[in-house]
Amino acid sequence: MSLPERQTDVGPPHYEKFLPPVIKNNYGKWKYHEVLSPGTMVHVAESGDELYTVRVASPRLLSTETIREVCDLAEKYCDGYLRFTTRNNIELLISDKAKLDPCVAELKEKGYMIGGIGPRISNVIHTQGWVHCHGACTDASGLVKAMMDELHEYFTTKELPNKVRLAVACCVNMCGAVHVSDIAVVAVHRKVPVIDDENVAKMCEIPTTVGSCPTSAIRPNPKTKSVTINEEKCMYCGNCFTVCPPINIHNPEEDGVAIVVGGKIGSLRTSPKFSKLAIPFFYNEPPRWPKVVDAIKNILNVYAENARKHERVGEWIERVGWEEFFKLTGIEFTFQHIDDFTFMRDTMRSSAAFKY
Amino acid sequence: MAKYQTPMLDELEKGAWPSFVTEIKKAAKNSKMAEDELGQLEKSFQTKRGYWKHGGIVGVLGYGSGVIGRYSSLPEEFPGVAHFHTYRINQPSGFFYTSEALKEICDIWDKYGSGLTNLHGSTGDLVLLGTTTDALEPLFAEYSSRGWDLGGSGSAMRTPSCCIGQARCEWANINAMDICNHFTQHFQDELHRPAFPYKFKIKVSGCACDCVAAIARADLSIIGTWKGDIRIDQAEVKNYADNGMDIQKEIVGMCPTECMTYEGGELKINNEKCSRCMHCISKMTKALRPGEEKGASILVGSKAPIVVGSLISWVLVPFIKAEAPYEELTELTENIIEWWDDNAKPRERLGELIEVKGMRPLLEAIGVAPQPQQVKEPRKDPFFFWSESDFEK
Repeated sequence: MSLPERQTDVGPPHYEKFLPPVIKNNYGKWKYHEVLSPGTMVHVAESGDELYTVRVASPRLLSTETIREVCDLAEKYCDGYLRFTTRNNIELLISDKAKLDPCVAELKEKGYMIGGIGPRISNVIHTQGWVHCHGACTDASGLVKAMMDELHEYFTTKELPNKVRLAVACCVNMCGAVHVSDIAVVAVHRKVPVIDDENVAKMCEIPTTVGSCPTSAIRPNPKTKSVTINEEKCMYCGNCFTVCPPINIHNPEEDGVAIVVGGKIGSLRTSPKFSKLAIPFFYNEPPRWPKVVDAIKNILNVYAENARKHERVGEWIERVGWEEFFKLTGIEFTFQHIDDFTFMRDTMRSSAAFKY
Repeated sequence: MAKYQTPMLDELEKGAWPSFVTEIKKAAKNSKMAEDELGQLEKSFQTKRGYWKHGGIVGVLGYGSGVIGRYSSLPEEFPGVAHFHTYRINQPSGFFYTSEALKEICDIWDKYGSGLTNLHGSTGDLVLLGTTTDALEPLFAEYSSRGWDLGGSGSAMRTPSCCIGQARCEWANINAMDICNHFTQHFQDELHRPAFPYKFKIKVSGCACDCVAAIARADLSIIGTWKGDIRIDQAEVKNYADNGMDIQKEIVGMCPTECMTYEGGELKINNEKCSRCMHCISKMTKALRPGEEKGASILVGSKAPIVVGSLISWVLVPFIKAEAPYEELTELTENIIEWWDDNAKPRERLGELIEVKGMRPLLEAIGVAPQPQQVKEPRKDPFFFWSESDFEK
């Protein structure tokens, strides 16, 4: 069977092809929106036209079978129009109000989870993990599933002081938004990588490998045509492994995950914030990582009990102070919490006023 | 009967949240690749380590990006994933689809790949997970002939991404989807043929809520903003109060610039003092709307921790008009990229280069004046550079 003729550099299809008529007619002329339930909302245009949206949880890793099933529902209720959010939720776009309730009913009947709008937990941003990445030192999908099995009521019904954005990254490359999330998990190494000199000499460019180290821990070793690593300087980031695979950073028994908190992206009220270290290490405990899940639940509960309405996790912590955060959560403060990389000047306390 | 016993993964089919394991099992009914993916993943869960080798160089003719080579390190044990490459399809702006288009993508993928996808990958692409080297050219012919091109990877322009913008959001100050589409088309060559020092990401958000995380995850962050007065509908303000909102506490009291008052049922805003953070507007969607003079703030430099720590973008141009055909915005973007491309070491992101060189060389290269909006505060130490041009003034 012959193949169709390939085209190059055509780019993606123009988005207009995929917009429902109600969006085309009111593009740039929306007036307001209202959240109708944790998983449904209506946008109202200046013309008075309405667009109903149903937001559905997704594991992001989808089979074509599931995509087709969602497409069938979109055909039944949305004239075939659907989209995905920047957090990988599925959104069904309904122009005819009469179809909203039947659509929600059928989704629920088929086992889909509806929610994620408003002051809640939305879909979790995460990376590939063991499913598909060579650099993963935990499984992102597994952690997300284990976390959300415990926290799903914050997606479907329960409210929090503000939205809480969760993320999981399976290594410090962070192909997700871990560095700016309310509560996030990032996988970390703790041991100096093991160098396979013979293969480093064969496969790697030595200057690039030396240059890849953020702490200048790597030096050329002319004798072996390989490199050496200064163990006192290495912070186990794994960037050398990325440019030179025979420098093996993986250590399944000593790799694990850290929890970071307090990041945010929006400029609402306070500036965007980096996530900061809350708990430096847990061992990988597949399939359900129970200690990690418990720790996240604890942080979330303390936030829910103590934050003011509309405060994000990071805003609450900054208001009460980090010393109070550690006290309220009962999290142990360790050497690892004190920055000795690039942010030390910004993060040490230069004040005689603080709490106990 | 299933080819593999997967007790660890089976545990993750229990519970309320949708299960990725169920998805892999669905695909495994029709695909030996997905079946062996399941087997290898169970082994990873048992042994707490991955079994993927570093990506090899694979791709389609004439392209240097869009396909990421992936090989199992256990090809004899799991032959179905001996090759298991990623194929990145450049998503349409705003992640809008019709069922017809998505089903067509699925039909082709089932023919040539594992049947597993990510909707979507972290950068924004529609990611197809797992195919063989032989299948890449046929896949490209099938998809490209139907208008679906590859996204970026490696040291290239990465697939631009955006929020939903004016398609559905009343806060979108710029046409985020159109700007995203414009840059995607404008940089096709840079997207498909990696020739940069490292990756370069562009993200476009319609307002400071920043739903696409432009400020944290893009070398060039384009964020919609406005000038002029926030539009107030006092009748709707009253409705919010009547429906139980504590306007003094939740709106006025949480305004970071203290530019609002609420007296006698009337909400007043001193717009000169407003920093346009979006708190009040996002909480009172029916009563408050952004001002009418629209534009974008341009920030640069954000990235994840590798190599020298994570960065959140810095303000470069506080306000720029961003209307089609986006000539000024495009020229600015090209100049920023040119400066980076000329000066960066291999694997040095824009933000890291600015840290090394300072902001001044970039500002001079792109012809942007220093402005207080660019900094949180001026420098603290009395060491600073003077250049010849400073004396001529």
